[in-house]
Amino acid sequence: MTDLVATNETILVVGGGISGMTAAIEAAECGKDVVLIEKSPALGGRVSQLYKYFPKLCHPTCGLEINLRRLKAQKRLRVVTMAEVTGISGKAGDYSVSVKVSPRYVNDNCTACGACAEVVSSEIDDPFQYNMSKTKAAYLPFNMAYPQRYVIDGSIIGTPEADQAKAACKFDAVDLDMTEETLELKAGAVIWATGWKPYDANKIQPYGYDRYANVITSVEFERMMDPFGPTQGKLLRPSDGKEAKNIAFIQCAGSRDRNHLTHCSRICCMASLKQSTYLTEQYGDDDAAQSTIYYIDIRAIDRFEDFYKKVQADPKTAFIKSKVANITEDSGTGDVILHGVNTEGYHRYDNSHDLCVLAVGMTPNANIEEVTADVHTDVSGFIEADEANGAIFGAGCASNALDVNRSIQHATAASLRAIQVVNRVATAEA
Amino acid sequence: MTATNTAMVAKYQNNFLQEVEANVEEGDWVKMCMQCGVCAGSCPLGNAWEHPPQEIFMMIRAGKREEVLSSESMWMCTSCYNCIVRCPRELPITHIMHGLANYAHRLGIAHKKNPTRRFAKIFWNNISKSGRVNELSLSIKLYFMDGIVSGIKKGLQMMGVGLGLVKTGRLDPMALISHKGIKDTKGLQAMLKKANEIEDKRKGYAS
Repeated sequence: MTDLVATNETILVVGGGISGMTAAIEAAECGKDVVLIEKSPALGGRVSQLYKYFPKLCHPTCGLEINLRRLKAQKRLRVVTMAEVTGISGKAGDYSVSVKVSPRYVNDNCTACGACAEVVSSEIDDPFQYNMSKTKAAYLPFNMAYPQRYVIDGSIIGTPEADQAKAACKFDAVDLDMTEETLELKAGAVIWATGWKPYDANKIQPYGYDRYANVITSVEFERMMDPFGPTQGKLLRPSDGKEAKNIAFIQCAGSRDRNHLTHCSRICCMASLKQSTYLTEQYGDDDAAQSTIYYIDIRAIDRFEDFYKKVQADPKTAFIKSKVANITEDSGTGDVILHGVNTEGYHRYDNSHDLCVLAVGMTPNANIEEVTADVHTDVSGFIEADEANGAIFGAGCASNALDVNRSIQHATAASLRAIQVVNRVATAEA
Repeated sequence: MTATNTAMVAKYQNNFLQEVEANVEEGDWVKMCMQCGVCAGSCPLGNAWEHPPQEIFMMIRAGKREEVLSSESMWMCTSCYNCIVRCPRELPITHIMHGLANYAHRLGIAHKKNPTRRFAKIFWNNISKSGRVNELSLSIKLYFMDGIVSGIKKGLQMMGVGLGLVKTGRLDPMALISHKGIKDTKGLQAMLKKANEIEDKRKGYAS
């Protein structure tokens, strides 16, 4: 860590999701020195947790692989994982950034052989699976994790299990004496790409996410489809492990609601349209497989209209124009019952479904105001494009609710802005 | 048709939304409705409504003046506030419903037979007379609202409750004669009259 060199011609990228990776890679490919900081033990962010992207329905692992390959080819790009920015001071072209690096307890001798995980029996909630399943306390974050290095969870440090893990390692990669480090980095420009998190569904009281097992969020549903997910790629409902076939999707769960998030999260309509296609993928022509999308209005922007039209034409998908009023549970079967009024004709309904998926909204992941007071954010906490921000640029979902495609465009734009700043610094110093 | 109603029709021509915004309590919120239907779905009396709130809002915007003002729907609101709590645009739906009911009543074109409206009138006359509710006379008037036969039926039905109230001193059987109002009932009535005049003047109603 101590060999990390950063000057005021360096671009610091905070967040190693698709936006941060894009911004970092593009700047490095333009010949700039880049330091990429990631809070979790591996790059990839939320995109790595998706089963498929819309609209082409290809797998994100593919795009991730391409980006990791580009990233590995860049000598000017340094990646620091398990690191968080705690403070930014200075001005454009001359920032000082404090970074807290948490101990991984595994050094770069690690070959990801997994011998440490075999001897450890303690389990922790797996954040990669949105805590739907457990993982060993010595773990690889996910199959495609970069860096391909195991992590030993802090909870077993100081226990005999940690010593067993150390003893099991043939490569002397387990270092139980690692401690938290603080780095002070210089940077000419900062790209803030800390991304988003799903809105806390527990706050949407009438939908009972906290009370009913079979009310889940869209991100959890996405993990279910993944062959490496908590249900090994099967759509099994949480209450009884039965295959969920009659599935309801509730749009604007938290978004466009002054009681929750005032903004439209943009991705959720397309996400639910995409997820409705998973039923055909999973069950083929089975007539029992039926998805129902409850919506206020479908916001499939520009070219996504085609995708919407295609899903609309699918007889397995029904659309009900209604914001669901509340959900109750049939305590006998565990089915969820959605109550509301279909505003097309004002028909009252009490529809029973196997599983209900809340298309939860996006909320900014990290509060930049905690690390610097110089950045302007909007009412939702997204970073505004404001000249007063100096050379701190929001990228991707830290700046707005964006899909992957738009996040990448936005990150490239942020990268170009940052490059201009460090170019000015270089010219002034020459 | 009252004079006020004729005047308002002339004033707002076909723009019922503007009329509502200017005259109905919280009426300027109506245009904010995005027709999601969560209010209708959340209403515990939903089945009893001919037009749920979001439908009423759309009818207002569509200029359906007669249908809205003579509708029984807004009189069904029990002020449970479920709709206000859930409305994603924070419309004060309960207040708008009461505002509409009040405005329709003021114009003299409100639903004639609606029991809520009739009870509201009985209650208002009762309380404004003496400044305090005469519960005995209020219940009698309520029971006999639909005639003597149904009044007696309802009275017999509720006899047990009534006797219980008398026994525990919660109801004075002599209240029809002995009911005492506030000290200055004349003053109260003068105040109410003045308030009415001020409101009429402010809103431009013909008195």
